[in-house]
Amino acid sequence: MKLNPENTSQVEGPVLQFPEECEAPNNTLVKESLVGSNIKYLLLGSFFGIILTKAEIISWYRMQEMFRLQSFHMYGLIGSAVVVGITSVWLIKKFQIKTVYGEVVVFTRRTFSWGQVIGGTLFGCGWAITGACPGPLFAQLGSGFLAVSVTILSAIAGTWVYGRFSHRLPH
Amino acid sequence: MIEWISKPWPWYVAGPLIGLTVPALLLLGNKNLGISSSLRHICAACFPGKIPFFQYDWKHEVWNLFFVTGVLLGGFVAMHLISNPAPVDVAPETVADLAKLNIPVDGNLLPASLFSFENLLSTQGFFFFVVGGFMVGFGTRYAGGCTSGHTIMGLSTLQWPSLVASCCFMAGGFVMVHLLFPVLLKWL
Repeated sequence: MKLNPENTSQVEGPVLQFPEECEAPNNTLVKESLVGSNIKYLLLGSFFGIILTKAEIISWYRMQEMFRLQSFHMYGLIGSAVVVGITSVWLIKKFQIKTVYGEVVVFTRRTFSWGQVIGGTLFGCGWAITGACPGPLFAQLGSGFLAVSVTILSAIAGTWVYGRFSHRLPH
Repeated sequence: MIEWISKPWPWYVAGPLIGLTVPALLLLGNKNLGISSSLRHICAACFPGKIPFFQYDWKHEVWNLFFVTGVLLGGFVAMHLISNPAPVDVAPETVADLAKLNIPVDGNLLPASLFSFENLLSTQGFFFFVVGGFMVGFGTRYAGGCTSGHTIMGLSTLQWPSLVASCCFMAGGFVMVHLLFPVLLKWL
């Protein structure tokens, strides 16, 4: 989680900032209406869900292939997505491309936390079991695996339990 | 066209499209891609209690809930309007490995016998639904993001902590599949 840089050198260790900021923040300054402004994210999300499903990223079997190094599919996918992402971010910075509302694009900086190691490994285990990261979980449900709703509820419970006990966990 | 679109999309088509959601979200409204945050917003909206971690203006982040609702609808559209009629193709080595664990490759995207309501109340169902889901929810929030927030968004903006997180995601998956599956699935 977010560390306070001024406190990291103290003997007490890192101090957590509550309430912590959202890690996938909305940095826009314009006033957004509930439905009118957000409907475009529903559409973009739908495209995202179609891609996840059509590229079989929601497939439990594809994740097994990936973790067993028996298919290049997922590595090619993640690799090419990252290359396109890095290039687009570079272009946005280089040409100072503004948002459609004319705002400067804000990039969130991440700080290191042991959560990325411990939580990341726990998530990796869960990823292998469910065959899905959070995005594909929603697409699995949409594509007709209704029982996955239980997985999503359990993931919400996991998030809540983290929130409840986060101050006692090493970060 | 429809025939081509119905087939599974190759990585070199789908990967770049996923990468393009990063600038799309940034340029549409200064939004950072990250799907696991939606789970936190659901907690903050529905049962925040007095927990400091859930005391924030979730309504400001409501775009994220629209986005995941879209992902759900996208799954529906892809499956019902442009679905692939052929059984899902799985690498023969994987089929052989899964056979050793008594997991059938049945042509679906997920093994239907595992991910069904009938299986929900068995110990196996408890493992695949409840334990797996809990680890996804707990782990992603502890890590501060999932594959979208860290691996796609974080790496796109060259954040080294996201690289650490992504490596740990993979490490966890390798440990589960290679070390824990053979032991655990014997007991379930």
